[in-house]
Amino acid sequence: MPDNDASTSGYGYFDHDADVGVIGRGDRLEAAFESAAAATFALMAEPAAVRADERLAVEFVEGDVELALATWLNLLLGEARRRGLVLREFHLHRDGERWRGEARGERWHEGIERGVEVKGATLTALRVSCGPGGVEARCVVDV
Amino acid sequence: MDTALLHPVDGYAFTLPPGAGESRAPIVLYGDRELIADMDDKVLEQILNVARLPGIVGAAMAMPDAHWGYGFPIGGVAAFDPENGGIVSAGGVGFDISCGIRCLRTSLHLADLAGHERELANSLFQHIPAGVGREGRIRLSLRELDAVLADGAHWAVRQGYGQAEDLAFIEDGGRAEGAQPERVSPVAKERQLGEMGTLGSGNHYLEVQWVDRIFDAEAARAFGIEQDMLLVSIHCGSRGLGHQIGTEFLLSLAKAAGRLGIALPDRELACAPILSPEGEQYLGAMRAGINCALANRQILTQLTRDVFARVLSGSRLETLFDVSHNTCKEESHEVAGQPRQLFVHRKGATRAFGPGHPALPERYRASGQPVIIGGSMGTGSYLLAGTVESEARAFSSASHGAGRQMSRHAALRRWQGRQVVDELAGAGIHIRTASMRGVAEEAPGAYKDVHHVAEATERAGLARRVAFLRPKVCVKG
Repeated sequence: MPDNDASTSGYGYFDHDADVGVIGRGDRLEAAFESAAAATFALMAEPAAVRADERLAVEFVEGDVELALATWLNLLLGEARRRGLVLREFHLHRDGERWRGEARGERWHEGIERGVEVKGATLTALRVSCGPGGVEARCVVDV
Repeated sequence: MDTALLHPVDGYAFTLPPGAGESRAPIVLYGDRELIADMDDKVLEQILNVARLPGIVGAAMAMPDAHWGYGFPIGGVAAFDPENGGIVSAGGVGFDISCGIRCLRTSLHLADLAGHERELANSLFQHIPAGVGREGRIRLSLRELDAVLADGAHWAVRQGYGQAEDLAFIEDGGRAEGAQPERVSPVAKERQLGEMGTLGSGNHYLEVQWVDRIFDAEAARAFGIEQDMLLVSIHCGSRGLGHQIGTEFLLSLAKAAGRLGIALPDRELACAPILSPEGEQYLGAMRAGINCALANRQILTQLTRDVFARVLSGSRLETLFDVSHNTCKEESHEVAGQPRQLFVHRKGATRAFGPGHPALPERYRASGQPVIIGGSMGTGSYLLAGTVESEARAFSSASHGAGRQMSRHAALRRWQGRQVVDELAGAGIHIRTASMRGVAEEAPGAYKDVHHVAEATERAGLARRVAFLRPKVCVKG
């Protein structure tokens, strides 16, 4: 399961036979989750090609940080699909077990080159870990 | 996978006996040593985890195309007895509930397509919505969607998508009984309102194929196919609705495991006893997801017919068969000489009822059920028929595809979409795609050798080869 990005911040990917593993890194938990969301949506469209015109907000309660990662990504994916949006900017705030996040993007249009559809975040290879370089959040997403 | 760990049951089945003090069901990996050696170690780890789930009957099994999945390996099969604490697992069904393949038999042959390939490819791509973010031309209300979830392909036929004759050749007659649309969340339904009649992305495709080789002339006659005949295969599933159901139940069942008294060897195997409120809720929602997929493929069938009628007038397209490969089905199977009602999970595995099975339409009662092993867009696919012996070997299950041999990311590093499209065009295969990235990830070289998988499936006694189909036109999401 080699990582494809060895940097200590930002996002990267790791291999999974059928789908794709996403990695988010940051100096704190919320930043790592934001990076994991960026990794997820970058599979669907080149972030630089997406305008941050529309805002989407999500909120959830989860005490288990690993399940919180899956929940965060799945809420973003579900809400983005429901509204026909592709996303590029992500912000997350945590207050104990309560998480509030927002994302910005735009509606899909023919000018955006399409990547592959990420349909959900799974619990496979789901891990949130802290190290000297910061926090790393990873899981396999289903495409 | 280190096959030195495994003990041969026969030439095409291997097992790993439990260690001292280890409590689990047996496992069986189907395939030859070479296929199994090429499988990721995770396949063994995952199938061992499945063998530890409550109420499992017989062995936890991996088909010859197995690869690392979620909880279950893709290509995983396991049956559970509700009367013996058996479970239903959201991870054992997978996210794309009832993902499957609809195979259409046309009245055309390869020669009829000559000179029309590009027009057909362009027209299919124009009329079959494919790719991330692309909605269909059908926009449903929540009330209409509930009717889809209750009635499956029957709903689609009532709306004018296809013919009543199609229904007999769809698994379960085109409708999963016991669907409970009310168990599907509003979010899942809202995700689907604009997605009926869409192909999706990833490994989903619509492919025009021709019969290149017939292995079993008698079964081919029963399937109504002959040398050089054009067929169409449509591979897709329950789209956003199925994924949302899978996601929601996976998380809720993972959290409920402790309360339900289930020690999960892997959280992705989130499950509930079949005879529990949680299990019944999941089954009701999952069956609604199956109906969504069956209706979706029925709509796509009609859209395909419309395109063929415009480009190749006078052509007829009949449903050869429609079979899913991400399901949990209640079925009767003989165990130790006794019939038992079991819940069979097939995660990336195809139901493969043998000759004489009462659930088969009369047309296939003697040949066995059509089984489809979808290959890559550059190599081809196999049509097989279920066997009698598959019942005892694998609860009547078989492979569902070639199976990946390379991750998507590795494929991206190796190929470019445009290069793949051009190379295949040079080989006479017309690719139309919404995503060049997707084409690179799905490059033929990223898949195992479909001939090897199909032959191993036959030699393992899971299904027997009927015909090999070569691609001519492929629409990728």
